[in-house]
Amino acid sequence: MTAPNHKWRQFKDVLMQIITFICAVLVIAPLVLVFYHLVKLGFGSLNLDFFTHVPKALGEKGGGMANAIVGTFILIGEAAIVGVPIGVLGGIYLSEYGGSKMNWGIRFAADILNGVPSITWGVVVYGLMVIPMHGSSALAGGVVLGMMMIPLVMRTSEEVLQLVPPGYREASLALGISKWRTILQIVVRTALKGIITGVLLALARVAGETAPLLFTAFGNLGWAHSLKEPIAAMPLLIYNYATSPYEDWHRQAWAGALVLLLLVLFVNIVVRVMTRDRFKNKI
Amino acid sequence: MAEFQNHSVALTVKNLSVYFGKNHAVKNVSLDITARAVTAIIGPSGCGKSTFLRSINRMHELNPDARMEGEIKLFGKDIYSRGIEPVVVRRRVGMVFQKSNPFPTMTIAENVTVGLRLNGVRDKKILAERTEKSLQMSALWDEVKDRLNAPAVSLSGGQQQRLCIARALAVQPEILLMDEPASALDPLATAKIEELILQLKENYTIVIVTHNMQQAARASDFTAFFYMGELVEFGPTTKIFTNPAQKRTEDYVTGRFG
Repeated sequence: MTAPNHKWRQFKDVLMQIITFICAVLVIAPLVLVFYHLVKLGFGSLNLDFFTHVPKALGEKGGGMANAIVGTFILIGEAAIVGVPIGVLGGIYLSEYGGSKMNWGIRFAADILNGVPSITWGVVVYGLMVIPMHGSSALAGGVVLGMMMIPLVMRTSEEVLQLVPPGYREASLALGISKWRTILQIVVRTALKGIITGVLLALARVAGETAPLLFTAFGNLGWAHSLKEPIAAMPLLIYNYATSPYEDWHRQAWAGALVLLLLVLFVNIVVRVMTRDRFKNKI
Repeated sequence: MAEFQNHSVALTVKNLSVYFGKNHAVKNVSLDITARAVTAIIGPSGCGKSTFLRSINRMHELNPDARMEGEIKLFGKDIYSRGIEPVVVRRRVGMVFQKSNPFPTMTIAENVTVGLRLNGVRDKKILAERTEKSLQMSALWDEVKDRLNAPAVSLSGGQQQRLCIARALAVQPEILLMDEPASALDPLATAKIEELILQLKENYTIVIVTHNMQQAARASDFTAFFYMGELVEFGPTTKIFTNPAQKRTEDYVTGRFG
């Protein structure tokens, strides 16, 4: 039997399908467009010099971003040293210890911190480190990125630890294994891939941060010789080049942006491969 | 029943009460569990039988609201006395759970020895010996001896449960608690577990919680019937199933309620 408004229902169904499809396309479109644009404008400027030379003096053609590429890796390394232990251990506390009231407070704080505009982090570390140390430094840049990672890593670590079935904790404790060993060797080990995934995604996210670095790492047209000196970073150099009036720097900014995007894409692909493996092993 | 009179008592439970917050889960239970015999705990869901079982290795303490009164003595020693860590009790009283739970990050052999390794045993010879012995006791050795380094989760459900039994046996406990160890298994795997239980009682004291009346009748020497947190009746299994003293016991074992 066909209801009298059958046609109208069919129409609504199709309409919904179309609307949701358009929204799905709108999600992917920016990535495709940005990527296309970057390849078109940046790929031509990618050459060996780009990866092996530092920027040339103002007005001269050529040069590269070697110092900024290395700088970004140094900053990410520092950020990992600051952010990963605190973030993961905090996530372990939230998941395995802690009363519900305490945890609610910590979770709330972490969620707020995740929403703090990144430039605010830069200002905070500017006050905490740059002013007392009388100058911008690679150290301050690493610390600010690390601080931004803490709430991110904490929440994702907590979530994947919560996914570990309680049965494993019970089985371990029932064997007379102490709680801290159970957490470390059973629970964390079971959730390890998820934790690493969270860490990599957090690293990928802070790798592209510009605003907090303006106040802290500051940027450097040459090599930094110690962590106490200002250091170049790709997002900073892209920002500086893109806002400059020089055609050659614009080209390099496009190339830099392309490399940065490829880096983030690479991390995401690594994560994808890892999580696929995760599901294969049922955990 | 004369044969049991020669057996010593492994576990003495006196006036045991367990509370979870305001919920009085186990009410004033007293019973003696005979060494090297199988004691089955039966009763309808929510009757406190699992809680009773978990109070024997202090696993109920994982619930922060849990509180107990009374006394449990393991071969004459109070397991709740001051200065006795739950960790120590659990090494002496092993446990197998309803849902088999081998650690997914570990191989078959690693699962067997995990309790030893994480308590500081490093000697590879000892670990290898204990792996073989435990797997033989749990009747799994012949099925896995050629793939000890395969992931534990590659085993079938019944094999996984026997692996969990091997894991519990590897730390050489004095008592083995089993919380519905076969309820998630098919009949063939269940038969294997029951056969295993009969073999294990040569060396171990076993307390098994089960929903399966036939299983209790087949595999146990003594049966305790719990109802609403109380111990209704406790005695030799043949007596509980053929000539129970209490009406409620008879109704339950004949399937008239529960």
